[in-house]
Amino acid sequence: MAKLPGPLEIYPLLPGTNCKECGEANCMAFATKMAEHTVKLKACTPLFEDAKYAKKLEKIQVLVRPPVREVVIGVGENAATIGGKLVLYRHDLRYSNPTSFFIEVPDNLEAEVFAARVKAIEDWTYVYIGTNLRLDGVALRGVSQDPKTFATAAKKLAELSDWPIMLCSLNPEMLATAAKTIADKRPLLYAATMDTWAEVGEIARKHNLPLVAYAPGSLDNLSSLVNTLRAIGLDDIVLDPGTASRTGLGTTVDDFTQIRRSAIIEDNELLGYPSLATPISVWADHREGEAPELTKWDEVLTASALIVRYADIIVLHSLDMWTNLPITFLRSNLYTDPVKPVAVEAGLMEFGDVGPDSPVMYTTNFALTYFTVESDIKQGNVDTYLVVVDTEGMSVQSAAAGRKLTADKVAETLEEYKVAEKVNHRILISPGMAARISGETEEATGWTVKVGPRDSSGIPKYLQEGKWKEE
Amino acid sequence: MFGDFAELVLENVTIELDELKIALRPMVQQMARAVAHPAIEIPKSLIPATFKKPLGQYTQSIQEITLGATKGQGGTRGNTITIGGHTAPAWDLFQAPPKHVPIVAADVFDMPISLAKMVKMHYKEVLDDPAEWAKLVVNKFGADAVTIHLISTDRAISDTSPNDAAKVIEDVLQAVKVPIIIGSAGDPVKDGPVLAKAAEVCEGERTLLCSATVDVYEDIAIAAKKHDQLVLSWTSIDINQQKELNRRLFDWLTPEQIVIDPTTAALGYGLEYAFTIMQRMRIGGLLGDEELRFPISSGTTNAWAAREAWLKNPELGPRELRGPIWESVTALALLLAGGDLFMMMHPAAIKTVHDLVGWMKERQQIKPEEYPDWTTLTIPEGV
Repeated sequence: MAKLPGPLEIYPLLPGTNCKECGEANCMAFATKMAEHTVKLKACTPLFEDAKYAKKLEKIQVLVRPPVREVVIGVGENAATIGGKLVLYRHDLRYSNPTSFFIEVPDNLEAEVFAARVKAIEDWTYVYIGTNLRLDGVALRGVSQDPKTFATAAKKLAELSDWPIMLCSLNPEMLATAAKTIADKRPLLYAATMDTWAEVGEIARKHNLPLVAYAPGSLDNLSSLVNTLRAIGLDDIVLDPGTASRTGLGTTVDDFTQIRRSAIIEDNELLGYPSLATPISVWADHREGEAPELTKWDEVLTASALIVRYADIIVLHSLDMWTNLPITFLRSNLYTDPVKPVAVEAGLMEFGDVGPDSPVMYTTNFALTYFTVESDIKQGNVDTYLVVVDTEGMSVQSAAAGRKLTADKVAETLEEYKVAEKVNHRILISPGMAARISGETEEATGWTVKVGPRDSSGIPKYLQEGKWKEE
Repeated sequence: MFGDFAELVLENVTIELDELKIALRPMVQQMARAVAHPAIEIPKSLIPATFKKPLGQYTQSIQEITLGATKGQGGTRGNTITIGGHTAPAWDLFQAPPKHVPIVAADVFDMPISLAKMVKMHYKEVLDDPAEWAKLVVNKFGADAVTIHLISTDRAISDTSPNDAAKVIEDVLQAVKVPIIIGSAGDPVKDGPVLAKAAEVCEGERTLLCSATVDVYEDIAIAAKKHDQLVLSWTSIDINQQKELNRRLFDWLTPEQIVIDPTTAALGYGLEYAFTIMQRMRIGGLLGDEELRFPISSGTTNAWAAREAWLKNPELGPRELRGPIWESVTALALLLAGGDLFMMMHPAAIKTVHDLVGWMKERQQIKPEEYPDWTTLTIPEGV
């Protein structure tokens, strides 16, 4: 496997002046963080600005270059950075740059419909553990097959939105006109093929744009295509080995896996670029009159498989909540830093202006359980105490089944954080999933246990109704 | 456009000409590259390169485990199912296809339980009849095996006896011909005796007893040894705990009797922990870890713990689709991580896992021209 450099290899290539411009105490501290991939080289500004470090800069850029290059699509704060992958398995370190989701817009839509679709893409969102899940870019498809229509649509799109754009057509003439129109937006060109590499390569070179190398069905062909594009002087390359769904899904997953494994484990520079998947391809199998939900179902499966297996950018048609919630969740999950603790600290949390009459609930210290409960209590807007029981980072259901959440544990926690001194009642609201230990908990604690909702989404209503106080 | 900026940089330094390029700031470099274009010669044709398969080296295969036994083998099942046996990471087809494809066991409960509405609607006719329930999942939903969960034995639920449980098991064995799996209630006092009784009544059937945990394992392992059954070694998202429990089980069981389960968390609610532990277990097993070289089971029905799977909220789209896609995507992620046995409930999700396994089990010859040009596809508007 490609070896990631350690601090002692990085340190000699830094200025060594301990100037602190990067925000670290000294160059060694910066080198250590570089090795952990928690800071970026560009934070060391003297290295880039002072010509006397030129040689060091050249060497360190090669040293720290990830086995999968980074490619930037778009400009400004919405630009999408893809690739930059360091490891094959997330447990080897972590995955960086979450898969970018680009949603397609045909170039031949009527103006109003076009604008509405772009707005819908930008507006798609869902709140998940305190963050807004979102999509990332717009893929403009040259359905019209008319260069002028395509270029006009590109211009329109760039006016409507400052999101990153992908220009999609296998016809070089289409790409040439559209690229010329919006080159300053740094769109991703899709695609150079075995037949069109010279023309499309020239467009990319002329406008200094990233481009996709598309060679389906053969990794030899893909390697040759990239080899040729590199010879032209291009380096902002994205790989598309072709996406087949349904019976072809295993082959596609296998192609993506081979590409990434080759780049990371065998240091194959030719394929050390981000990869692109097109779950939208499932629509080629959609038949008129067929329920679109079936095709969308396949699109979700294809997207999910390739989010797991190394796609750095995917192109989708579907814009529904039921299709895009599972894939945005999946992306969030897999791109979470695996060293992030599973557990939060046990203790007594207070929400709002708590007093002696406030309700007392309890939950476990599994991070996701805790954050979900926290957000639901806040949403309910009722002043509440929350006792967090140490279950070694397990959810309520697993902890109750696995005996990490017991009546004695609950009693100990109430005792330790002196909850009885905070309130003038002895009523404890238990998670619905822990109902089976409520009897034992009453015995162990001497408190009356009221069983709360089975899912914490029921908490706001439960607290607002205040039924926990009733006899 | 190049002139002024370059001079600014160059004023203060004396460098050799070939160092010039790297001395310039990135922006200048880009401009310089733009200017330098004509210098690059465009190749006349493609410059060929070849791709070498990135084969890995693995020292050990995953254990093969066979569930069920036919008449000739001392049981009463119509067929047996073998899982595991892999010699490569999951679905690395270029290295080796799966030795045995993953299977689906449908969950059946010995009493009516609370279920998400979108699941319940498929079972409402059979909720109080485990034998009919088992027939439904096998005959109509295509389950490869049936898991009968003896939750009524829990002291906090109905406290039914091991003999009551045995009766239910016998009914299910009569009702279906596929291999069966026995699930205990998760009651630390009752699980041992209930699973011991199950092992006895399933004599010869090679059934999987679920579950041995770090707290309750001895009675189960002893019974499995005595009656030649299989044991699910179940831990909670902790690879060291999994190794520890397996080491303890080795005192009674042979490797042909162990399936492992590191706990499945739902998509959005900890799936990444299950995913990564399963992936580490599979790779650890292939790389020689004797304590991890076992087929992996997933309680995929846990996907329904995610509120996004079942909430009735029109803004999130129809839950008729949202629920089963949630279970399906949870299963798909864990299929790719290395799961072998999926315990599931929603019929559409069960079918999806079977579809996925069929689609992924071997490479297809797909010609370049068979990949559609999606850039020009007409997709019905408003869909």
